[in-house]
Amino acid sequence: MIDSTIIIEKSVIIVAVFAITMVMAMYSTLAERKIAAWLQDRIGPNRAGKGGILQPLADGLKLFSKEEFEPNTPNRFLFFVGPAIAMSTALMTSAVIPWGDKLHLFGRDIILQATDIDVALLYIFGVVSVGVYGIMIGGWASNNKFSLMGAVRAASQMVSYEVAMGLSMIALLMMTGTLSLREISAQQAGMNWNVFYQPVSFLIFLICAFAETNRTPFDLAECESELIGGYHTEYSSMKMGFYLFAEYANMFISSTILAVLFFGGYNYPGMSWAVENWGVNSANVIGIVVLFSKICGFIFFYMWVRWTIPRFRYDQLMHLGWRILIPLSIVNIIITGIVILRHDIMVYLGL
Amino acid sequence: MNIESISLSGRKKMVSNKEMTFLEKMYLVAIIKGLFITIKHLFRRKVTIQYPEQVREMSPVYRGQHQLKRDEEGRENCTACGLCALSCPAEAITMKAEERKADEKHLYREEKYASIYEINMLRCIFCGLCEEACPKDAIYLTTSKVLVPASYEREDFIFGKDKLVMPLDVAIRNAQLKNAN
Repeated sequence: MIDSTIIIEKSVIIVAVFAITMVMAMYSTLAERKIAAWLQDRIGPNRAGKGGILQPLADGLKLFSKEEFEPNTPNRFLFFVGPAIAMSTALMTSAVIPWGDKLHLFGRDIILQATDIDVALLYIFGVVSVGVYGIMIGGWASNNKFSLMGAVRAASQMVSYEVAMGLSMIALLMMTGTLSLREISAQQAGMNWNVFYQPVSFLIFLICAFAETNRTPFDLAECESELIGGYHTEYSSMKMGFYLFAEYANMFISSTILAVLFFGGYNYPGMSWAVENWGVNSANVIGIVVLFSKICGFIFFYMWVRWTIPRFRYDQLMHLGWRILIPLSIVNIIITGIVILRHDIMVYLGL
Repeated sequence: MNIESISLSGRKKMVSNKEMTFLEKMYLVAIIKGLFITIKHLFRRKVTIQYPEQVREMSPVYRGQHQLKRDEEGRENCTACGLCALSCPAEAITMKAEERKADEKHLYREEKYASIYEINMLRCIFCGLCEEACPKDAIYLTTSKVLVPASYEREDFIFGKDKLVMPLDVAIRNAQLKNAN
């Protein structure tokens, strides 16, 4: 029989994760504008609230009050479905992220994760690839050549980089031996972060994450200088807001995945000592804070790179994906395999 | 010395089309260098001037709206000699001279004065040559930050004496200040 408290517990976690994702995505827009400004020796938005803290609300209000424009499209239903898919896939991935180890409250151990499925990583890959449909459908249904171009670019780019991303993951999975993000986090206790063992895998994954989230230098899907707005050219009001929001939510999620897979998740040096001396709760609260600071670091990195590297040309993008990253990740898999099986190989060779 | 190796500015850089090495082809080093350049800007002093609160300092040679001066007794300096109109490269100034009547001695400093003095602000380029040409210290470009206001009518941009002549109370105040010093 299912314990009824578990429903309450999970509901609270789901709502909290949802709210946090929304707030993080909201404030990523402000952070983007602020960091862009700072990197260009400007100040950035600072009129709404103290230091611009209410700017995301003002932006949201503006989007809501804009005219809801629809192009003359034969696919009116798909035109609505596009942003919905983009938004929902962006929010779905956060379900399997372990935000912390566990809290001990009301006499029970509360696992800080919406759900701990053993194919968490596979689930994330699946959901993220569905996210392409949001862009593709939106661009297709807009009945506009710029939107279609953007959508085609986005689709082919994301499909190409998914291959390299998956292959880079395989090297990591050979080492961890599990797809559950919770176990992967637990394995990295202390400073045993995967980035030290799999730097090449991390680099490939990082580059692919940029491509998957359509961020500069891979933002060919919505490059203003060539395609007006890319796939969301025809969108306005909150449908446009959904696309933008989904992009920032995706950035948050991919930062989280990077932090969990390679940078130890909620682990920090001396966590086991903190559990013993300060108790489970305070140690894990610190863990959550640590995880979020790692995530914010990655989000900052995304924005930092945006104002450093210019956009790729499309053939360069495909060249990098197919002819560099994929062979590199395959080599990485082979080397990882040899290192893991080094004893067996030694025995086999009679050394 | 070979002409190609001379660098007068000291910033000359020779470029070459040589093949990139493997390390250069990876671009990783270049990207990291670039990241350090951009992060340096994060800590630079910001150049933004927050306009309504802060105002950019005007250049000391700023030239604003013209003014036709009065002397210490409040009499107009201009004698309608036309040198300003002659010097104006934009053909913006026009005027009509008149002889001073006996009862106008308190209004105009010399026997001749400009009954009409007009500057077409659509033509004026604020070069200040009229100011340089004036032998009577009559026309000046002030440091006033109020520029020509927008209007729908072209006629509104032709400024007559009503807008150009220094207000009488300002002339009186200037005279008082001068006497005090």
